[in-house]
Order: sequence, then C-alpha cells, then structure tokens
Amino acid sequence: MKNNHEKVEKNVGLFFLFTVLAISIGGLVEITPLFFQKETTTPVDNLKPYTALQMEGRDIYIREGCSNCHSQMIRPFRAETERYGHYSVAGESVWEHPFLWGSKRTGPDLARVGGRYSDDWHIAHLTDPRSVVPESNMPAYSWLNVNTLDGELTGKKLETFNWLTRNRSHKDENGNPIPLYTQEEIDGAKDAVKGKTEMSALIAYLQSLGHALK
Amino acid sequence: MSSFWSIWVWVLTLGSLVAYVFLLRWCLKNFTGVKEGESMGHSFDGIEELNNPLPKWWSTFFLLTIIWAFGYIALYGLGGWSGLLGWKSSNQGILNIAESKAKTIENLAKDSGVLVQYDREVAQANEKYGPIFEAYAARTIEDLSTDSEALKVGQRLFIQNCAQCHGSDAHGTTGFPNLADKDWLYGGTPEKIKETIMHGRKASGMAAWSNVLGGESGVKEVAAYVISLSGRSVNPDLAKAGKEKFALCASCHGPDGQGSLALGLPMGAPNLSDNIWLYGGSQRAIEESIRNGRAGVMPPWKDILGEQKVHVISAYVYSLSQD
Repeated sequence: MKNNHEKVEKNVGLFFLFTVLAISIGGLVEITPLFFQKETTTPVDNLKPYTALQMEGRDIYIREGCSNCHSQMIRPFRAETERYGHYSVAGESVWEHPFLWGSKRTGPDLARVGGRYSDDWHIAHLTDPRSVVPESNMPAYSWLNVNTLDGELTGKKLETFNWLTRNRSHKDENGNPIPLYTQEEIDGAKDAVKGKTEMSALIAYLQSLGHALK
Repeated sequence: MSSFWSIWVWVLTLGSLVAYVFLLRWCLKNFTGVKEGESMGHSFDGIEELNNPLPKWWSTFFLLTIIWAFGYIALYGLGGWSGLLGWKSSNQGILNIAESKAKTIENLAKDSGVLVQYDREVAQANEKYGPIFEAYAARTIEDLSTDSEALKVGQRLFIQNCAQCHGSDAHGTTGFPNLADKDWLYGGTPEKIKETIMHGRKASGMAAWSNVLGGESGVKEVAAYVISLSGRSVNPDLAKAGKEKFALCASCHGPDGQGSLALGLPMGAPNLSDNIWLYGGSQRAIEESIRNGRAGVMPPWKDILGEQKVHVISAYVYSLSQD
C-alpha cells in the first residue's frame, strides 16, 4: 500500500464524506437518543398549550429577535436559581417549535418571567425600557403599541402545533393523546386575536412563561 | 435510558475511541518507501516536501487524550450507566416541583450512591445561609429595620427583585409607588408591607370614567376639582362642577379624596389631596387617569423568594420611611 491517504486528499467527495461521518458521531451519541428518552419527551404535569394570543406573541418574540439577548434556560446552578427560580427541565420545552432557549444573555433570562412583573410594567418597559430601568440598554419596541393583529394565520399555527406535538401531548386516562387544541379553538383563533395590539400579544406570551413546573 | 440507546451510545463512543487508536497507528506508519526525513522527490521553487512523521509530542498527546477518555467514562459514566461517582448535574425528568423536592431529599441521603451537583451546592449554601435567615425570621420587622447588617441583606434582595419597578432607590416611577415616603396605598405598617410583598396586590382597578362623566367636559371638570384638592389653583367654575361629579369617586377615594387607606378600605385608591401622584400630577396625566382608568398590580413573591427573604425585604422597605 503506497500513499493511501492520497486517495482522501485528492478526492474532495470522499474527503467530504469522511468529514460528515466524523462530525456526526458526536450528534448521534449526544443528541439522537434524546429524541427517544421518556424524560425529554414527557410534558411536565402543568404544561399548558399557548392560547391563540400567546401564540401570536411568541411569533412576535421570534420576529423581534428577543432570543438574541434573552435566554429561556435556567441552568442548574444555585447562582441562577436564586435569581430566576427552579432550573429548566426538558419536560417544559417538549412542545416548543422552535425552542427559544437562546445562547446569550445581554438581558436576563426569561424562562420564568411570567407573573414577575405587572402588565403595566411590561407596557412601560417595552415602550421605553429606560422609563422603568434607567440603566437598561434594551432597545425600545414602541411600535408594538400601534401594530394590530389580523389573525389570518393564527388558526393555521394552532393546527400546525397540534401536528408537531402529536407524539408528545398529555394523555387522557385511557392513554390516548389529547391534542393541544380542539377544532373549536382552532376555528375561534382568528376572532380571539383580531384587532389586538402586538403589545398585548407579546405580554400575554411573556406572562405565560415558566408556570409549567408547579 | 432504554437498553437499545444505552448500547447505541456505548458502541459509538467506544468504537470511536478504538478507531482513533487505529487511525493514529496507521498515520504513524511509513507507506511511502522514502526514508524518514528524506525528500519525497518533488520541489516547488526550491521548497521540498520531506517525509517527516507526525511530531512525537503531538501523537503522544493524542494517545493521552484517548486514555483520559477511558478514565472520564469510568468516573462519569456512559449511556444508562452513571459511572463510579454517580455524578449528575441536576434532576431531569421531574414532572412537578414536589417530585423535584422529593428527588433532592433522596439524593442527599447518605446511601443514595448519587452525587447531584446542584442539590449538593444548594444544601451547602443552605447550611451556610439558612441559620442567618432563620435568625432574622425570628425577629420582628421593626427590630430588623434598625439592624444595619439585616438592612444590607434586605437592600441586596430589593435591588435584585424589586428595583425593576420601584427603582434602585425605591423612589418609584410613574405607575410604580415610591416606597421611601409616608404615602401608602395598602398600609405602611410592617405587617401590611410584608402582606403586600408576600401575596401581591391587585388594585380593584379604576374604571374608565369618560362615558359616565358625560365625555370630555366631565373629565376636565373632575380633573380640575382633583387638582384643587391639593391646593393648586384651577378654574373655579370647572372645579365647582367637578366637585358635584366627584361623588362618584368618593366610594373609593373618600368624600374629600383622602384615599381608601384613610377610610380603612382595601382597594388601594390613592389619596388625591396630598399632591403625590402615582400616575403623574399634570393636568394631562390626571385627565388621562380619569378618562381611561388605572389598575396597578404588584406580583406576589411568596413562591419566588420564600417567606424568610420577604421578611428581610419588608424590614428594608419599612426602614426607608422611618426617620
């Protein structure tokens, strides 16, 4: 055998294949089994689906890039749980598509922000963060007060979440899955959000965060 | 972890480690037919490729990392096996707080055989700080409010949890009460302060009065009267008309606007005669309050902070309005 490694070095396709293989081993070991573990696919007891308004608020949270500066993942360190509450567990996120754990904290973690501040505070803070926290470097999101929702796609979103979570929903006493949303809720989704401001949707979402672990 | 996935993890991990050993051995072999250190027979602009092996230090370290991996697996486990240390970072798989607490107690038992990093960290902290808070909890809030050390603890907790609304100096801002003055919505006694922090407050909520008062003119009249209550000059005709309509407001704010607290009522309607304004004292702000209503909310902190910490914060807040 002479210069076998030349085969890899001179063949881009083969080199690419080996690279993909080498990289995927880590994912195959560390990530793939999690899709099938009971403790990462069972919802916590008190997990509730987002209401139509909260669902729209969540999309605004994504649109405005909140997760660029705010994580939703309380790590199991005392320094974090003293500040934010019980550490996050997988069962709280099983219905999250996509998850919004984030990876950077320019602002504080929001995993359990629900109920910590009043709605009035959120309005003041999102409209002009410095009006309540003078040291804040968060941008103002005043347009959320003006923009209103039309609800055209809200029902579709709920329907999609029914499908996405079909294997991980709560079960009734006979062990049958309970879909997140009933047909009635899907049909009523448009009217539930139509005309509401984006501000009220986002605050509804924020106030819903972190109550699942009780 | 089911046995299938356990085996999956074991096979891929150990397989990779073994493959690394073979890869290293293979890369260290000389297949070229050229002696080590000699030219491979081609040169570009006078730069020759020599047949040099992987550096010894590099291949040794590579081998050491593989050996390290086996030690790591032995201590911290792999797949469903939790290793010789029984180490875990936290209790995943819990479905409610009660389960989490039960698991923690189980883990901390001497013979549990597991080492849950988080539970141990918290237990150690509780051992250190628990007695301090317990000693504080045994004393009255009045007593604590003169203890400079307790106040420092209270201040830290206040800045961490309360300053977002009430400000780091506790002087509040529009819509969020000043806690350092003697004007209270729900009472400034130690007991009332603690009750407020523990269980939160939800103002009964001032309705939007615009329609009831007969539109903008009614709003302006009542606003003029309300401003006159704290001795500021207003159009006397407007104030006179507003006074008659103020009867509607009196059920919460009192006949003279002295606020619900002065009447011994729980709804948190502010005193309107002391020239302290929760939502701003300008004519415009007062008109807006009357027109659209207001409803302040203080969240409950019992579950987030626990009673002992609330006790210390209460002492700090109480101390702010004492001379």
